[in-house]
Amino acid sequence: MFEVLSNETLAPNLHRMTVRAPRIASARQAGQFVIVRSEKGEERIPLTIGDADVEAGTITLFIQALGAGTQKIVSRQPGEFLRDVAGPLGMPTDIEKWGKVACIGGGVGTAVLFPMAKALADLGNEVTTIIGGRSKPYIILADELAEFSSHVQITTDDGSFGQQGFVTTALQALIDDPERRPEAVFAVGPVPMMRAISELTRPYGIKTLVSLNPIMIDGTGMCGGCRVQIGDEVKFACVDGPEFDAHQVDFNSLMDRLTTYREQEQHCRLDDQLNARKAS
Amino acid sequence: MTKAMTNKERLAISRVLMPEQDAENRSRNFEEVNLGLTQEQAIQEAQRCLNCKNRVCVQGCPVQVSIPEFITALAEGDLVRSAQILQSDNALPAVCGRVCPQETQCEAKCVHGVKGKPVAIGYLERFVADWATANADQLAPVTPAEPSGKTVAVVGCGPCGLTAAGELAKAGHAVTIFEALHDTGGVLRYGIPQFRLPKDIIDVEVARLQQMGVEIECNVIIGKTLTVAQLSEQYDAVFIGNGAGLPAMMNIPGENLKGVYAANEYLTRVNLMGAGQSETCSTPVLKGKHVAVVGAGNTAMDCVRTARRLGAERAMIVYRRSEEQMPARVEEVHHAKAEGVEFVMLTSPLAVEGSDDGWVNALRCQKMELGEPDASGRQRPIAIDGAEEVLNVDIVVNALGTRANPLLTATAPELKLNDWGNIVADDDGATALPGVYAGGDITRGGSTVILAMGDGKRAAAAIDRYLTGK
Ligand SMILES: Cc1cc2nc3c(=O)[nH]c(=O)nc-3n(C[C@H](O)[C@H](O)[C@H](O)COP(=O)(O)OP(=O)(O)OC[C@H]3O[C@@H](n4cnc5c(N)ncnc54)[C@H](O)[C@@H]3O)c2cc1C
Ligand SMILES: Cc1cc2nc3c(=O)[nH]c(=O)nc-3n(C[C@H](O)[C@H](O)[C@H](O)COP(=O)(O)OP(=O)(O)OC[C@H]3O[C@@H](n4cnc5c(N)ncnc54)[C@H](O)[C@@H]3O)c2cc1C
Ligand code: SF4
Ligand code: SF4
Ligand code: FES
Repeated sequence: MFEVLSNETLAPNLHRMTVRAPRIASARQAGQFVIVRSEKGEERIPLTIGDADVEAGTITLFIQALGAGTQKIVSRQPGEFLRDVAGPLGMPTDIEKWGKVACIGGGVGTAVLFPMAKALADLGNEVTTIIGGRSKPYIILADELAEFSSHVQITTDDGSFGQQGFVTTALQALIDDPERRPEAVFAVGPVPMMRAISELTRPYGIKTLVSLNPIMIDGTGMCGGCRVQIGDEVKFACVDGPEFDAHQVDFNSLMDRLTTYREQEQHCRLDDQLNARKAS
Repeated sequence: MTKAMTNKERLAISRVLMPEQDAENRSRNFEEVNLGLTQEQAIQEAQRCLNCKNRVCVQGCPVQVSIPEFITALAEGDLVRSAQILQSDNALPAVCGRVCPQETQCEAKCVHGVKGKPVAIGYLERFVADWATANADQLAPVTPAEPSGKTVAVVGCGPCGLTAAGELAKAGHAVTIFEALHDTGGVLRYGIPQFRLPKDIIDVEVARLQQMGVEIECNVIIGKTLTVAQLSEQYDAVFIGNGAGLPAMMNIPGENLKGVYAANEYLTRVNLMGAGQSETCSTPVLKGKHVAVVGAGNTAMDCVRTARRLGAERAMIVYRRSEEQMPARVEEVHHAKAEGVEFVMLTSPLAVEGSDDGWVNALRCQKMELGEPDASGRQRPIAIDGAEEVLNVDIVVNALGTRANPLLTATAPELKLNDWGNIVADDDGATALPGVYAGGDITRGGSTVILAMGDGKRAAAAIDRYLTGK
């Protein structure tokens, strides 16, 4: 059993939760995730470890309550427990000193991005962060990211905050500016957003890494359910990833596989999110 | 007891038939297929045993269960003694009685088999084990030895790890099992369906170990949460029984279409997560109308019979060799046939084909014929030029087998591995690392429950010697 220590709402349906999990806090590195099951009979839900405090023995999760599984998790109040938290899983982000990097987050992807961006900054990279969201309330972690980013740029679909438009517009401007052009791009968000960024950077040959979110069960390489097509190889995102070279990823297959259980999951909030970003 | 029976009388008794659920009914529910013998049936079957001096049946059992002794006690109606004999030889008799491939092990050797049918050793083992569970109060509890003050970490809560933990606890050592998943049992829980092995059997066994003081920590992935090196530091010895949980892929076009499962995913969804078994389960599974399962081992039979239970009208085994060459237990094949499973033999998948929206709609196959025997002595399947067959299906399950999962070994470079990634261990389970032992599927590749248990038992004895210096 894993005690919930805090649970706050950052944006509509988006929660920040700290959970006591000392072993995971000590072992985890940026880019890794846990698998959470709120109680018996529930689904196993993969969630990125947003941050950790080794001394306090806690990890921080950012959870977008999409369907039944994630809603159950965010319903846990401080003092209550999550039955299962397993991890850290996946490969840590390959953090190198690139020089100038762009970190791009869309929706809850911004939370997944946060530990990567922080680790990149800690190593001395000059981080430009671009955050995108549907509208103002969906922009998260802007202040936290600003603490170590040299610039933070915000885009919203409706222009209610920052620049109106998509994160790709902001990235294009960055690439076009010889002073600020990134050596590497890290992007996490809805699949259509990651695909658009991948297509944008490809002709420039800019190294681009994305964090993939296929449907998972065990998270240890046992079931093969999280397989993704990377170049001409099939990889298991839970053990080989979740981060991959964007220019090698078959995004269409990933998108398609994510819809496998759509009929069974009536509450597809994700759909709105996907549709909202189709144009980008 | 009445006067002893003569061998002639014993030989005249015909082998008991296992009562089972009606095939039509059971192919639509998840209840156990075999209902178990009644006490009368069990005693009568036990009376067939000739109590042979040279105990050939025992040689057929990988853990040398005292077969004639437990059966003779049963024939005499002394269930307490029978249970005690059985339990001291086999840590999971209720499991082995149900899932051992008896026809190639103990029963293959039984002298009755020369002229007629062997004694139903597996059914009797199951009967005595189930009796012991129901009548635990009549059996003296196992009293562990004095605490030794030594600690052992066991990695993996499958049959191998459970057996090792039980033996080590009996010897007085403080044992902690670390399990990656959220529940116990390994393949017994997530792989073998409950219509073959009800899950409460595992629960009973696990509870018994916990009563003996064994600690079980789920959600700890060795190689991720903690490393083998950390375990070696914190414990006096380490035993690794992490199984062979890595699916082999078919490597044919279309494998990423929606509706293609690896057996592990299909079975884990249904068995570990409960998908398709109750309306309230939150983990989904696709229920196909027409399902093709590729492969012909126990895993394939479990998948295809699961597909029937999830409502498939047509559920097929697709295998590139012939029926006689199928590696599954004979009983599973019989049961599958009775449940309406089709066997499409000498057929090898070429490609999974799909609709425009990414769903499986067919499995395109190459027809085969049998040629010369290969190195294993089995006739090699050869493609028949130009002969293809298209099976219209909406689910394809790949049950081609599993390999060693590198998650743990990748972070313990000092462990020696063979070419397939299995940990190299000697007969005692000792690995290249001092104080670290291993057994079960991680050293053997996919094998059987009983072999994994045998490894756990031998390694526990070796660990005990290592810890006590005896
Ligand atoms: C490595 C990894 C890290 C992740 N990190 C985070 C995180 O930090 N915060 C966060 O909020 N979410 C994260 N996710 C996504 C999260 O796991 C899913 O949103 C969650 O599984 C949905 O479960 P549900 O029961 O709430 O919704 P469901 O009812 O199961 O699904 C709702 C919708 O989400 C889709 N969906 C199902 N599983 C996934 C999935 N794995 N990814 C994306 N969509 C899915 C369904 O097709 C459906 O359209 C991560 C996923 C992965 C694989
Ligand atoms: C579907 C199916 C049907 C089968 N049917 C039969 C049958 O009828 N008869 C028979 O004799 N055999 C059968 N087998 C084979 C048999 O189940 C295995 O040989 C046996 O379970 C091996 O036992 P084990 O303890 O070595 O491994 P497992 O049972 O695989 O247990 C290993 C455990 O370790 C855990 N683990 C893995 N990695 C880690 C890690 N890094 N850290 C912590 N824990 C970890 C796993 O989650 C698992 O719980 C079948 C196998 C399958 C898949
Ligand atoms: S453990 Fe298996 S092989 Fe040994 S006697 Fe029992 S059923 Fe037969
Ligand atoms: S070989 Fe058969 S008859 Fe002889 S002791 Fe064994 S089980 Fe009994
Ligand atoms: S989630 Fe099962 S292999 Fe990745």
